[in-house]
Amino acid sequence: MPEAMQVLQSGVPVSWYLILSAVLFTLGVAGFLLRRSVITVFMCIELMLNAVNLSFVAFSNQHKDVSGNIFTFFVMVVAAAEAAVGLAIILTVFKNRQTLNIDEINTLKN
Amino acid sequence: MQNLWLIPAFPFLGFLLNGLFGRKFPKAVINLIAVASVLASFGWVLKVWSSGGDLAANPIHEHYFTWMQSGQFNVGWDFAVDKLTMIMLFVVTGIGSLIHFYATGYMAHEEGYYRFFAYLNLFMFFMLNLVLGGNYLILFVGWEGVGLCSYLLVGFYIVKKSATTAGNKAFIVNRIGDFGFSLAMFLIVVNFKTLDFTQVFSAAPGAPTSTLTAIALLLLVGATGKSAQIPLYVWLPDAMEGPTPVSALIHAATMVTAGVYMCTRSAVIFLHAPIAMETVAVIGLATAVFAATIGLTQYDIKKVYAYSTVSQLGYMFLGVGVGAFSAGIWHLVTHAFFKALLFLGAGSVIHACHGEQDMRHMGGLWKYAKGTGATLICASLAISGFPFTAGYFSKDAILGAAYAHEPWMYWVGVVTAGMTAFYVWRAFWMTFTGEYKGHGHPHESPWSMLGPLVVLAILSLGGGFFFNVPKILDNMFPIKEGAEDMTLTYISVAFGLGGIALSYYMYVVNTKVPERITAGLGGLYTLVYNKYFVDEIYDTAVVRPLVDGSTTVLWHVADQGIIDGAVNGVGTEARGIGGILKLLQGGNIRSYATWVVVGAVVLLVVMGVTAMGFAAVGQ
Repeated sequence: MPEAMQVLQSGVPVSWYLILSAVLFTLGVAGFLLRRSVITVFMCIELMLNAVNLSFVAFSNQHKDVSGNIFTFFVMVVAAAEAAVGLAIILTVFKNRQTLNIDEINTLKN
Repeated sequence: MQNLWLIPAFPFLGFLLNGLFGRKFPKAVINLIAVASVLASFGWVLKVWSSGGDLAANPIHEHYFTWMQSGQFNVGWDFAVDKLTMIMLFVVTGIGSLIHFYATGYMAHEEGYYRFFAYLNLFMFFMLNLVLGGNYLILFVGWEGVGLCSYLLVGFYIVKKSATTAGNKAFIVNRIGDFGFSLAMFLIVVNFKTLDFTQVFSAAPGAPTSTLTAIALLLLVGATGKSAQIPLYVWLPDAMEGPTPVSALIHAATMVTAGVYMCTRSAVIFLHAPIAMETVAVIGLATAVFAATIGLTQYDIKKVYAYSTVSQLGYMFLGVGVGAFSAGIWHLVTHAFFKALLFLGAGSVIHACHGEQDMRHMGGLWKYAKGTGATLICASLAISGFPFTAGYFSKDAILGAAYAHEPWMYWVGVVTAGMTAFYVWRAFWMTFTGEYKGHGHPHESPWSMLGPLVVLAILSLGGGFFFNVPKILDNMFPIKEGAEDMTLTYISVAFGLGGIALSYYMYVVNTKVPERITAGLGGLYTLVYNKYFVDEIYDTAVVRPLVDGSTTVLWHVADQGIIDGAVNGVGTEARGIGGILKLLQGGNIRSYATWVVVGAVVLLVVMGVTAMGFAAVGQ
């Protein structure tokens, strides 16, 4: 029996999920730090949140404990609310400054 | 119930009305409120007196509410009236009414009319509290209150620098005395657990003499402040900066006698402290002589009478000190008559001379102001102890008692009496005889001013007959028999008449004599004329060091150095640290994000390291 089939039969090990989650999270962090468009930064934040969600679900499944799933729901609710408010802010910023370059939105200093 | 509280309540109501709304009232209404409120309390005193029954056997005592309570210690808002209080009530409200009436004429052209009468009524309120109080604390409330009013009224001419300085001086010097009074009260509380007069005085004879001496001496410190005795008398002559009715009411007739009243009230304590009694007598006598000598040389008419007041207050303390309490109170009453009259007469003279106070610029007023002159003659006779005037009886009672105590005290007192007669008549001759040397045209005062003068003149002449205080206060104090020797009386009268005659010779007959005496005395004259330089000595010995010490130590070192340094230092340090920290706030969102990531990584590393550490320990 090929190794891949074995894996599918006995279930995917939790470490795979965690690795995927870590990769997604790192991508999110990298995008968050490096991209200039506010929209992209915003999407990267969503990516990080969902990477964390993935770990929650994986652990929840491994421990047979439902609280990980419940946490995921909370994170999704917060993310949805954040998306609504965040997009509204982004719209207003664009209306006022005609730019979404994050390096130019820098008046919150000193 | 006699409703004693109404007595001070009337002037207080007058104070509230005039003080709060007086600015909008016409003068007639202000006059009405001010005079009527004091007359009303005089009327109520009369009513209490007529319906009060035998005050010696049954003193009135009214308790209104408990003011403060702490464990066993309990102070009530109590008013009490016995014969001594009754006499004081009559003096305060009676003389007070007359002076209020006089002031309506005297102050007619002054700024701040309503303010003056509001303060004057407030003074009446506190003074009545002082004499009505049934325990030391209520007395102290009045004591401090009259001090406040004295300060407000001495500094009444607020645009005049010297007046406000004099007000401050009066207030600050009195603080020293009040400090002593407070300590005395603390000692009383510690030893007797109460401040109530009757309880303290019934317990006092059982207390050790040393305690009573300490209490009595501290009370005396308070009295020397309020009643202008050595060493705290310096404020009273300066207090003459106030309007003349104030000098008459507060600084001659009533407030300054509060110290005598308080010592007499505390007679039981003093009688059980012979050393304190002796101190009172010596201080009184010394003040009497000392102030009289200064009075001889002054030219400001009010200053002459001010030093005369200090001197006469010294007589009262002499009376108290030799154990003749009722004679002291008698002199308090007669002095209130003739000294109020002297001051009001002086006010009338000043009014006539358009505000001039220097007697060298007066003279010859008899032609223009016969009414004022005649009343001033009555007062001057009374203070000189002319036979059968008010001052004759009371001064004689004190001198007789002084002789029985210590003959030398009598002799000093008699010489002082001669000096008193001299300087009072000197003032009279200088103002009323000779040629008018002032500016403008002198004029007689209106009837609102002359009326009270006439009433007081009658009291000054006949007050000794009308109010025989020792007889009224019969049995209240241990009888101190004066020496029943008419020779003593003859001697003191002779000194008084001698003083009058000498002043007549020097200031009317041969006016060159004073100059020659002045020249002959040289340095001694300068010394006395400058009031023995006491103010300067106090200034150098007490005031300067205090001010300089406060400036260097308290202001520059403690306040500016330590307190300001600490407060400003905190501010500067916060700015400095903030200046470094604000470099982190570049406004660049990605740099913030970088800090967050760095922080998270550091946190993870720390957690990892600690976890490994625990794991290592676990193995």
